[in-house]
Amino acid sequence: MEFDVIIIGAGVTGGMLARELSRYQLSVCLLEKENDIAMGASRANSGIIHGGYDPIPGTMKAKMNSRGVELLFEAAAQLHVPHERNGSMVCAFSAEEESTLEELYEQGLENGTPGMQLLSGDEARVLEPYLSEKVTKVLRITNAGIISPYELTVAAVGNAMDNGVQLLCNFEVKGISKKDNHFTVTAKTGERVRGRFLVNCAGGYSDKIAALAGDCDFEIIPRAGEYMLLDKSEGLRARHTLFQCPGIEGKGILVAPTVHGNLLVGPNAVRVETPASTETTSEGLSLVKRLSAKTVPSVDYRQVITSFTGVRASVKGGDFILRLSEKVPGLLHAAAIDSPGLTCCVAIAKHLTVLLEQAGLALAEKEKWNGIREDPCTFRTLSDDEKDAYIKADPAYGRIVCRCEGVSEGEILNAIRMNPGARDVDGVKRRTRSGMGRCQGGFCGPYIMQLLSRELGIPMEQITKSGEGSPMLTGRME
Amino acid sequence: MLEHDIVVIGGGPAGMAAAVAAYDAGCTDVVILEREANLGGILMQCIHNGFGLHKLGSELTGPEYAEAYAQMVTQRNIQVYTETMVTGITPEKIITAQNCGGILKLRAKAIVLSMGCRERSRGALNICGTRPAGIYSAGTAQKLMNCMGYQVGKKVVILGSGDIGLIMARRMSMEGAKVEAVCEVMPYSGGLTRNIVQCLEDFGIPLYLGTTVVRIHGQKRLEGVTIAQVDGSRNPIPGTERFIPCDTLLLSVGLIPENELTRMAGIAIDPATNGARVDENCQTGIPGIFACGNVLQVHDLVDYVSEEAEHAGEAAARFVRRQLREAFSRSTAAGFGVRYVVPQHITTDEEDVSLFLRVTEPFGKVKFVIADDERILAECKRLKAAPGEMEKLTLKAEQLKNVQGPITVSLEVLE
Repeated sequence: MEFDVIIIGAGVTGGMLARELSRYQLSVCLLEKENDIAMGASRANSGIIHGGYDPIPGTMKAKMNSRGVELLFEAAAQLHVPHERNGSMVCAFSAEEESTLEELYEQGLENGTPGMQLLSGDEARVLEPYLSEKVTKVLRITNAGIISPYELTVAAVGNAMDNGVQLLCNFEVKGISKKDNHFTVTAKTGERVRGRFLVNCAGGYSDKIAALAGDCDFEIIPRAGEYMLLDKSEGLRARHTLFQCPGIEGKGILVAPTVHGNLLVGPNAVRVETPASTETTSEGLSLVKRLSAKTVPSVDYRQVITSFTGVRASVKGGDFILRLSEKVPGLLHAAAIDSPGLTCCVAIAKHLTVLLEQAGLALAEKEKWNGIREDPCTFRTLSDDEKDAYIKADPAYGRIVCRCEGVSEGEILNAIRMNPGARDVDGVKRRTRSGMGRCQGGFCGPYIMQLLSRELGIPMEQITKSGEGSPMLTGRME
Repeated sequence: MLEHDIVVIGGGPAGMAAAVAAYDAGCTDVVILEREANLGGILMQCIHNGFGLHKLGSELTGPEYAEAYAQMVTQRNIQVYTETMVTGITPEKIITAQNCGGILKLRAKAIVLSMGCRERSRGALNICGTRPAGIYSAGTAQKLMNCMGYQVGKKVVILGSGDIGLIMARRMSMEGAKVEAVCEVMPYSGGLTRNIVQCLEDFGIPLYLGTTVVRIHGQKRLEGVTIAQVDGSRNPIPGTERFIPCDTLLLSVGLIPENELTRMAGIAIDPATNGARVDENCQTGIPGIFACGNVLQVHDLVDYVSEEAEHAGEAAARFVRRQLREAFSRSTAAGFGVRYVVPQHITTDEEDVSLFLRVTEPFGKVKFVIADDERILAECKRLKAAPGEMEKLTLKAEQLKNVQGPITVSLEVLE
């Protein structure tokens, strides 16, 4: 297969770039080593749209963040991705931290961060009734927000596919060669694609991809962050995203609402072996509990419904790597996209597009490009009359499959049928939230397996949790 | 808006028994709303024997027990909506439900809540490690095997010695899987003694008490678990960790009444049972809304679920006929050795009242003492008492006369 541009890695960076490139008369393919997209850092992170005060002025991060916030809000609306401009607060607990807040405020001014306010602890507690009494001062950023990161990635890739981009999953890149101005990318399976330009959006593995392409001048340092997600009964403990003062290891432990009404606490920051080191540890989770209790002491940790670990793809120096390879013409790196990478994803996609054009890619706009993704029905949010209309049009909406999150069969079928279609149980979960509630798939799991089996035309025994090697069942009973 | 005298939410054992009893008590306008395609609820996946000895006089499988009640429902012209899920109820007893025909609104004179319970999940336990395939709650595995005909794993560890976990240990062994161990964090099992004998001992499956799973291994499919002994505060004891290779982990770590609709209606919940606070008629804090079966308190035997539900159904019928009187109100309380008491308050001194309770830990010979502020109302001895077996005590109407203050049930250890 022959393409103008090959993107390696269907995370939020690769996905958003694919969508951006789908505006133009180009053939684009998106390669993903897993069975589904958004399987790395894009599926497990804080889901924050950062205000922009944090990056050091002049860095790529600062530039992308200040451009990125509004671009992301705009894209989220076009793609019908759950998001909210809930604002954030950085909390100070001492005189020393108060001066840190003032420095952050100054830095925010330099970065052009809108909507910053310095509030006293009492003023902050009017807005955040559960905030600790020990908070003496906060930096509030009204412009910051929250977003569902995996749903954003699904929507970006889906919209790109609707506009002609080809997605190849289970394509683990094992070889990259270049001949006659063309890259040949070979998968572990032997499958090959050819393309004129190659963009490395491989997240935690971007250094490995760079090396395969003959250009290794950076090393990814995977840093894990553990989180706990709490039941909706705890969802109102925080309205803003509540940060502590940033430390060396990141922006500190946060307590934040999610777009779905849960409460999220975390992350810590631990150097790990590989980007696949996504296990949780008892030490990590107790640290997260202890530190988050400093911000909001009343969180009821008996209401934890799940915990998870995300792995940041960091580098020494800490800035994003967004540049054309000096050694290999036509190779573009988008690497080291750790925080605030999610916030910056649209800005990064636009920046990468400009870099590709500089490298010789002709950008002619398509006559018909549709940047709006069809709104996947979120049945539980509809009024009774709207629900009734949906059910009358398609009875599948009448059957609730996931009772905890109120997800209908119609939504699950949509998730399997819409671009990029869910192919495994986790894929359905990320797209529809079925199995993300209190019972964690206890009731709906078997039904979802049946729906996948029916829709994909494969036997139940071949249904996986997340791709090859993760079968849900071990066979039929005799 | 559809109008009915009694709407029963959930057509499992509790809902069916409540509907039948309400009908037999003279209220013929009874409707059952059931999410699944058939009546029967969780019984449909319980294909083992042991149901009905008390209530129906013979030992039946779950589906047989359900069928017996489903027939009673059919014979009585009780209206059943299947594949119909209730999504909301109000204190005014207006019910919103949906099925493939659209949204339904029903107004009821009385509602019986019988939604059953769900299993506690891995997340609620916060076991560390990876998130591979092969981790199921025992009931989900039971459904996949018994209702759908699939094997969920070959080498199994079971966490929790609740009855479903024990029954699944036997079931999986019979299907050729190797059950490596059943781990129980408490120093005693939460299951019925007969299940420990018939499901573990008869199959040579080891039960490790005071032991839990501390870590999950495997990226794609489960590859093993680390188990460890725990101390008195249920914290793992360093140095006691042991790795057990397995491809499946079943969780049987407790049942939680499904009270989301109850909460939605603003009905007060007892934190000890996770069920509604009720009086001796199973009536909740909202007059005319009743709760019974596992949504009220998690039972050991379905026979007792049916019994409680019949009581609730009769009371609902009396409520519709305006014959449910509240003479007075005395709350009940759990004293030493008692984890909870249902009902949480008593409104009559003209009828005998049954008290249901569970003890906090296993005891030998004990005496239950029911007392008010001033005197002992009743006493009742047992040769032993265990948290896994629900106790039923009876207070006679005459013992309820002139009760002062709350009625406390506590336990005295005799040996």
